[in-house]
Amino acid sequence: MKVKAQVAMVMHLDKCIGCHTCSVTCKNTWTNRPGMEYVWYNNVETRPGPGYPKEWENTDRFKGGWTLRNGRLHLRAGGPVAKLANIFFNPNMATLDDFYEPWTYDFEHLHKSPKKENLPVARPISMITGKYMDKPEWGPNWDDDLAGGSEVVPMDPNVQKLQEHIAMEYEKTFMMYLPRICEHCLNPSCVASCPSGALYKRDEDGIVLVDQDACRGWRFCMNGCPYHKVYYNWNTHKAEKCNFCYPRTEAGLPTVCSETCVGRIRYIGVVLYDADRVKDAASVQDPKELYESQLSVFLDPNDPHVIEEAKKSGINDSWIKSAQESPIYKMAMQWKIALPLHPEYRTLPMVWYVPPLSPIMNHITNEAELSADGFIPAVDQMRIPMEYLASLLAADDVSVIRRALLKMVAMRVHMRAKTVGGVDEVRKSKLIAEADTSVEELEDMARLLGVAKYNERFVIPTGRREMDDNLQYRYGACSIEDIAPPEGMVTYPYGRSENG
Amino acid sequence: MSGLFWWAVYPYICGTILIIASFYRFVFRGKSWHAPSTEIFEKKWLRVGSTLFHWGIIFALVGHIMGVLIPLEFYEAIGVTEGVYHFFAIAGGGVAGLMVVIGLIVLIIRKATNPRVNAHAGFSDYFTVVLLLIIAGLGTYMTLIYNTTYVAYEYRLTIGPWFRSLFTFQPQYELMTTVPFIFQLHIVISFLLFASIPFTQLIHMFSFPARYPARAPQQYRARNGYKNN
Repeated sequence: MKVKAQVAMVMHLDKCIGCHTCSVTCKNTWTNRPGMEYVWYNNVETRPGPGYPKEWENTDRFKGGWTLRNGRLHLRAGGPVAKLANIFFNPNMATLDDFYEPWTYDFEHLHKSPKKENLPVARPISMITGKYMDKPEWGPNWDDDLAGGSEVVPMDPNVQKLQEHIAMEYEKTFMMYLPRICEHCLNPSCVASCPSGALYKRDEDGIVLVDQDACRGWRFCMNGCPYHKVYYNWNTHKAEKCNFCYPRTEAGLPTVCSETCVGRIRYIGVVLYDADRVKDAASVQDPKELYESQLSVFLDPNDPHVIEEAKKSGINDSWIKSAQESPIYKMAMQWKIALPLHPEYRTLPMVWYVPPLSPIMNHITNEAELSADGFIPAVDQMRIPMEYLASLLAADDVSVIRRALLKMVAMRVHMRAKTVGGVDEVRKSKLIAEADTSVEELEDMARLLGVAKYNERFVIPTGRREMDDNLQYRYGACSIEDIAPPEGMVTYPYGRSENG
Repeated sequence: MSGLFWWAVYPYICGTILIIASFYRFVFRGKSWHAPSTEIFEKKWLRVGSTLFHWGIIFALVGHIMGVLIPLEFYEAIGVTEGVYHFFAIAGGGVAGLMVVIGLIVLIIRKATNPRVNAHAGFSDYFTVVLLLIIAGLGTYMTLIYNTTYVAYEYRLTIGPWFRSLFTFQPQYELMTTVPFIFQLHIVISFLLFASIPFTQLIHMFSFPARYPARAPQQYRARNGYKNN
């Protein structure tokens, strides 16, 4: 057993209102620089829809993640030798058009336009070429809230799989928001795709980072990541990605996206896992078994044997205590209501999602008279097809989604019964049995999902600064200080200095 | 006197610039050491241009090793006659040269016409590509036309020994005085390119990740130890 600690996140999709505050604060913190205009470490997609970049889940095209051949894991885009043969041109890489061409506006014209019959307008200017863009055709969240409906929905690879179930009539349409950041996987395919060995997983907290000194810009990480969360900075010619706001988490603070989330959908905590088991867990034959096998690598932080082994691996008491209080461990491992995004990519992603329940209750007209068991068929007929959620979160295994949704419904029914009466009835109901839960667990869930305060949602131990060898340098040091462009106004196209 | 400069002094100036400037850039400008790809802007032309150029220049490098670094005596020892050697040199070198030239022309057209690529192509990008095109064009001309119409020039008696003598710091510059002008030009411009490598995107050739197949797929690094990696 080799115990490692991982900081992980849960997003409760039922509470996501799609306001993009996470994306905007992340953008302002990390990617508002020349070369990174098109990049969103955090983005919120309206699903069904193509996502960002367009059709990122199309593994046949981008060849991201791992695939199993003869019982062994292989990078879908090809192993090291195939990569070196393709190093002069990466056939699977997305281009800017798959993301979007970023633009600004010619605001200057509003000030300088001569007197004319019509009001002057600020025309869009490409941030790549510096030329006017007469007709931007795609942009960030161009398809927000199903805008473009019947045109963009078929671009969703999950929809293509279950075409017969998707109805585009207005009364039957459904949508949900899917906020996405880097998954900080236990078995990251971006790391394995990097010819230079520049991508790595941090020993202490499992955050996946790009070493800007070692990155040579070979670009295999871009499509090697099946979630398309590693980006190419065309200004510095290096890869950059979500860093889980490690300068904040090291100080015990949540990531910027979590801190600013107005719906409080995000939870951050530590989980302990057995690094020796990761490869086997990612190599099970049936994709539907990947969810359970992923759960099997996590260790019970209250088990004395695990605690002893963790201490041997250099995990200190404050990290073990955090793991014991981790909201992630409760939601993903104990209650099993938080599910990994696309477990079939075999990367063991570490951002977990509680599937959205709403608007399930649309179907229920007589809720006041409904018995607890009456909610079971409601789950089966919910507006967002369970097959769609299963395609996103459970490698097409509908039973996993159904159990999680039943638990969420049971929680609502029980908490309602506590106010209007009938708790004993709920305790004995078939709903509780089918959801495989207990009233006590439901109350814990309601606490964490509904009323948990800041310190319960974010249980983050501080980084171990006492082990740093040069604290004076760390104080105020910036990892990209050599290549960061000057602060202040930038004109487009951004004139990059020749070779730094 | 000019022979002394071009064949005994100039190569060392270029070599010194190459080594010292590369070292300087690696140590003090490390974050600018990269393969500056524009694939994110444009893919279709790049597929043709980049693939042709890179494979062509690798074949050309192998050809130059065979022609310049490996001595004539070696071929005689293994029984390769002059006729056989020149047949394969002209055929192989011609294909490689044409690949490089066509690839470079595609890349130049792409740089000049694609608005996104064009907006971010600087002086050094054009300098490198144009210089490479001149060198490769001369080389291909020498291989395919000069060697087949004028005379199949036996560079293994002059250029080869001279080039090898550079590494022993006893440059036999007198060997080069009888070499046809077009070969001399090819060599002089090539050394200019070598000297320019540390200042352009070409440094990425020194970073070919040959160790990649040998390393473990997953990389872990401790925060406080990253400087040692």
